Amino acid sequence: MKKLITLLLTAVMSVACCFGLAACGNDGGKESVGEVELPAVTSENVNQFDDVEIASDFKIGLITLHGESSTYDKNFIDAFKKACTALGLSSSQYIIVTDIPEGEACQTTAADLVDQGCKAIFADSFGHESYLLAVAKAHPEVQFFHATGTTAHTEGLANFHNAFASIYQGRYLAGVAAGLKLKEMSEKGLIKDSNKDKDGNVKVGYIGAWTYAEVISGFTSWYLGVRSEYPNVVMEVQFTGSWYDETAEKTAAETLIRRGAALISQHADSMGAPTACENAGIPNVSYNGSTIKACPDTFIISSKIDWTYYFKWIIASVGGNAEAVPTDFAGTINDGCMVALTAINGDVMAEGTVEKLVEVRGKLLDGSLKVFDCSKFTVDGRTVASYMADVDTDDDFTPDTNVIKTEGGTTYFAESEFRSAPYFDIQIDGVTYLNAVYGTDDDGKPIFITFDEE
Amino acid sequence: MEEVKTVREPLFHMVKRGNITLLKRLGIYAGAIVAGILLTSILCVVASSDKSNPLEMFSSMFSGVFGTERRFWTFLRDTALLLGISLALLPAFKMKFWNLGANGQVLMGCLVTIACMRNLGGKIPDAGIIAIMTVASVLAGAAWAVIPAIFKAFFKTNETLFTLMMNYVAQGLVVYMITVWAPSGSGSLSPEVYGRLPNIGNGYLLTIIVSAILTVFMFFYLSRSKHGYELSVVGESENTARYVGINVKKVVIRTLILSGAMCGLMGLLIGGSINYTVSSEIVNNMGFTGIMASWLAKFNPLVLIGTCGLITFISKGMGQVRQDFGFYNDAIGNVVLGIIYFFIIGCEFFITYKLIFRKKNKTDFTAIENSTQKGKGGNE
Repeated sequence: MKKLITLLLTAVMSVACCFGLAACGNDGGKESVGEVELPAVTSENVNQFDDVEIASDFKIGLITLHGESSTYDKNFIDAFKKACTALGLSSSQYIIVTDIPEGEACQTTAADLVDQGCKAIFADSFGHESYLLAVAKAHPEVQFFHATGTTAHTEGLANFHNAFASIYQGRYLAGVAAGLKLKEMSEKGLIKDSNKDKDGNVKVGYIGAWTYAEVISGFTSWYLGVRSEYPNVVMEVQFTGSWYDETAEKTAAETLIRRGAALISQHADSMGAPTACENAGIPNVSYNGSTIKACPDTFIISSKIDWTYYFKWIIASVGGNAEAVPTDFAGTINDGCMVALTAINGDVMAEGTVEKLVEVRGKLLDGSLKVFDCSKFTVDGRTVASYMADVDTDDDFTPDTNVIKTEGGTTYFAESEFRSAPYFDIQIDGVTYLNAVYGTDDDGKPIFITFDEE
Repeated sequence: MEEVKTVREPLFHMVKRGNITLLKRLGIYAGAIVAGILLTSILCVVASSDKSNPLEMFSSMFSGVFGTERRFWTFLRDTALLLGISLALLPAFKMKFWNLGANGQVLMGCLVTIACMRNLGGKIPDAGIIAIMTVASVLAGAAWAVIPAIFKAFFKTNETLFTLMMNYVAQGLVVYMITVWAPSGSGSLSPEVYGRLPNIGNGYLLTIIVSAILTVFMFFYLSRSKHGYELSVVGESENTARYVGINVKKVVIRTLILSGAMCGLMGLLIGGSINYTVSSEIVNNMGFTGIMASWLAKFNPLVLIGTCGLITFISKGMGQVRQDFGFYNDAIGNVVLGIIYFFIIGCEFFITYKLIFRKKNKTDFTAIENSTQKGKGGNE
């Protein structure tokens, strides 16, 4: 009897599942397209190092903060394996050590990798830097590389390097996809009056972590991308004062949606904002990885950093005869596509997105398009002619370098060219900060600044 | 006609052992570990893409612990750290005060150490900082343990929950202090430069020496001192303790101050001698692992050296297995550790009980009957 009931229940459930799946697939009576991959870039330097001969006794080690279960670390592990395979390293020539906390364990692990014969060692987390640096000082014969760090160019060690990527280019492209989506929404009459400000511009929203250059540079490039396709757009930015705060990010997204945002993007690491967008049916542009699984109806595209090229360069220069990796390196879209885009959500993207992205990407690749082109944005109604940025870090944030350059007739803000870490921190016209968080007070709480409504 | 009586004898039956020789006990442990590693090595080979010989797991584990001089020193130091924290738990456990808060007590010691290094660094000589932070970390650890002890002694609160919750309070405090000290939002503190504890010989020896001293101290404290005797009486029966004139409240509080102070001292070593920084995960759950170590050691400080060494060997060895076998997340590593620990804890059964299997030839029923009668007789 019991068996029969179990059998019946199983049958009912499997039938229900089938219907459920079928229902998902046919949502809105439209066939699901799923993920659409952009055509790969046919840039010559993508495979630049693939033919370099690598010494047979060369060995490289990777240290990651967490394991493959973390998307941040998985991004490094996957790229690392891809690079090692592409350059023909055998499995005994690379070592991956995961789950190494930001403490003495990093130092011990790095030293152990040296003992194991590694000639190059890479660590992926911000807090690893000082421990890796200590080992680098003790072992000048081994090359050390560190992602997101800041001290390499001031330490002056020949064997210690920092790296990052000019991710603003990826953000710009993601913005283009969002602009096309806005255009389509407006043609279909999906933009309501509540989505517009008093001048008739459509509102988009952005959730940022802190009011720092890294975030400002990110949303400004994204906004310029949106505006390149859909000119009548303004952006509202809400800051959370945290890199990872699911509740705050979700609340911020809900606030922006309530204020009329027709489309949202974010620079913060949790699923808070994407989830809020999925719940409200507002299209979302993500960062660092695809959120299509959790947000199949709203995710459009995401920009991310692909480290494969950098890993190949390390292997080819330390293990082969390629030129040395710079002390402080910011990989651009030209550098073997270190700046990359995830697959696009075919069910949400506007028609023609793939073609447009390929076209704009081509212009970024050949340099004919500059993201921070000074003729494309204004500050207080005026064009920027020169800007002193704080490139060489000091305690007082003294502006020291004019970062406005003219090249091939285009005057632009040269982001990440003077230093890998971003320094674009201008608030351009069309962007409204709902609040700001520049730092913390004596108690460590983020100092939020709120602004009066117009 | 004679009736045929059938007796179904079980395949085996359990008999409680009286005493077991140390050699036999070690043999059972060794057997359990080998069996655990053998079983998990099959699992590892199945999960690994480029290893096919289960025996490679053994060699990996040994090379991970003894492969280089550095690994061996790290192994000794990590054993010493775990030993120090487990030792701190002993007096509380012997008193049947279930101190699950060692994590938090160590963390508080570490946090206070870093606070001293940060705030006093460069302002007073290093020797002064070291003196202050030693006292402060010991006090912080003791305070974190004595709060639940006071509540237990005066209000009969449940110490298991209380000490456990104090861990999370300590973690929260650390996270909060990091946002105060590193407002950039990166969530990590760079290592402190001032007030580092001196290196004795190499960077590992200080921790080892401190733990060795603590072991000797704890051995004599528990087995030869009046305090040790009192706390074991309280552990056996509070009423007895009261009857013979032991002030139970005083013993509970005094013992937990000692337990917490030792944890604080280990926190001092973790912050001031090893990491020079603090994070909410820096204790690496040794407060919980220490519980297992001290149970396995039956609360004997000398046996504890062995159990701590064993646990450290397995976890360090497993780290190397993960590297060699290409397991890039902690899932399989944790499963393997879990299974091996299960074998080690499970073998306690074979230490307490003896299995007697059914004999293959004809059973001599009268013998069994006699033995059961004897057993009954013994109970009367």
